[in-house]
Amino acid sequence: MSKRIEAEGVTAWFGSHKAIESVSVAIEPKQVTALIGPSGCGKSTFIRTLNRMHEVVPGARMEGKVLLDGEDIYGDGVSATDVRRSIGMVFQRPNPFPTMSIRDNVAAGLKLNGVRGKSAIDDAVERSLRLAGLWDEVSTRLNRPGAGLSGGQQQRLCIARAIAVEPHVLLMDEPCSALDPVSTLTIEDLITDLKDDYTIVIVTHNMQQAARVSDVTAFFNIGGPGEPGRVVEMGATSKIFTKPDDERTEAYITGRFG
Amino acid sequence: MSAALGVGLGGVVSASTRRRRSVVNAIACTALGASVVIALIPLALVLGYTISKGSKALTGSFLTHSMRGVGPLDGTGGAYHAIIGTLEQVLIASLIAIPLGLLVAVYIVEYGRGPLRSAVRFLIDVMTGIPSIVAGLFIFAFWVLGLHRGFSGLAAGLALAVLMLPVVVRSAEEMLKLVPDNLREASYALGIPRWRTVVSVVLPTASAGITTGVMLAVARVTGETAPLLLTAFGYDAIRTSPAKGPQSGLPLFVFQQAGSAFDVAVRRAWAGALTLIAIVLVLTVVARVVAGRSQLKAN
Repeated sequence: MSKRIEAEGVTAWFGSHKAIESVSVAIEPKQVTALIGPSGCGKSTFIRTLNRMHEVVPGARMEGKVLLDGEDIYGDGVSATDVRRSIGMVFQRPNPFPTMSIRDNVAAGLKLNGVRGKSAIDDAVERSLRLAGLWDEVSTRLNRPGAGLSGGQQQRLCIARAIAVEPHVLLMDEPCSALDPVSTLTIEDLITDLKDDYTIVIVTHNMQQAARVSDVTAFFNIGGPGEPGRVVEMGATSKIFTKPDDERTEAYITGRFG
Repeated sequence: MSAALGVGLGGVVSASTRRRRSVVNAIACTALGASVVIALIPLALVLGYTISKGSKALTGSFLTHSMRGVGPLDGTGGAYHAIIGTLEQVLIASLIAIPLGLLVAVYIVEYGRGPLRSAVRFLIDVMTGIPSIVAGLFIFAFWVLGLHRGFSGLAAGLALAVLMLPVVVRSAEEMLKLVPDNLREASYALGIPRWRTVVSVVLPTASAGITTGVMLAVARVTGETAPLLLTAFGYDAIRTSPAKGPQSGLPLFVFQQAGSAFDVAVRRAWAGALTLIAIVLVLTVVARVVAGRSQLKAN
């Protein structure tokens, strides 16, 4: 179910500003890959090139290849909507659809992509909510508005919504930065559970979080103000956080900058 | 200072400062209250006067009879034909302006880029400023005379649609802009195509506000008089078909009756005015209830 992602020489712009330059990263299936680095170093920009969300922003463009199990997601005849169906995304702020119930939020990706059949959808809703660890909390009030849940529950609802369409990869762009410590811990446990089935990429500002949940860590940095972000170092999380090769990585993880 | 902090928050501020604050507070509250009262005075006067004058003549017979064969001094006759005319004309205008206006607003907010979008917005702004008589004149020249269609309720509906369109576009545009981008992104990230995102995520989220804006537009054109003079023209008898021949409308009815020298006619004008207000009120209340429903769902 989970697939390998290979980014080759990804460079991305917002208008004339180059946000990241020639980022090449291999992301292995059934692992959690964390992207860390100071603000403005292009982590979010990079993760958004992995499911073609970068091009949603007006004036944004990119160069390079992103291969999903060898197939270029920017290739001719590949549609952005198909890519996004197989590479799901969870955002910084929980963003359930405010007009939809809990059930409809989870079913949104299926229904709006034309899946019919009540029992199939109900099964997918229950399976996704169970996977997201939210089923026991909401099973009796599936018709209540999704926006009525707490922040942490809303974020797990968004995770359930993302996995309901059965993607191969789950991208998480700072999924806990708007949550309290208890909700954060719940989401981190969930990430560990989910990596059996999905390739997971997580952007985080919280280095302890990267150390706790990830198997592989990539450190992004910029050379200076206005310069594009690049990958400084990438490797096993245990190595990056104990014996990094690059002195900039060491400076960042020990808190000397960023 | 540290000593003052020690005695609690009240101790930090001196007595004179507290007195000054309470005086400023009282003045500001009085000013706010007075403004509300002053703003409500004309509204209450217009409403009260119309009700007191109109309710006397507003009878069952008034609501069920036309002006056909009613002499200048007769106290009989009513606005039935005008009510039918107004409802039909506003319905025609709504059927044209609401879907078209929503589509234009969706274009501006969701799809439009660059100079074309700016041009569309500019034209809509210009349309907002069209005096209602000019809209009537346009339909008169283009439809009534130019295409030889003659006076009709349909022509009135077209003129009202011209006035309604920019109001619908602008209010829907404002509401669509309020829908946070992260909802659109959430939808795109699920592989939902853009048009589906607009239909199933953006429009429902903005629906309560759009409904309110649309109802304001409907209410606004319901009371338009000037364009009707040149398009519906006015008619004494009941005419249910909006396509054939002159038709009356409530604003037109009020205008014509109020211009009469006879008391009976002026009384009918007040009753017509009250009927018009009542229709707008009913439409607004219905819209509020509908919008309230979807709002409840949202919360």
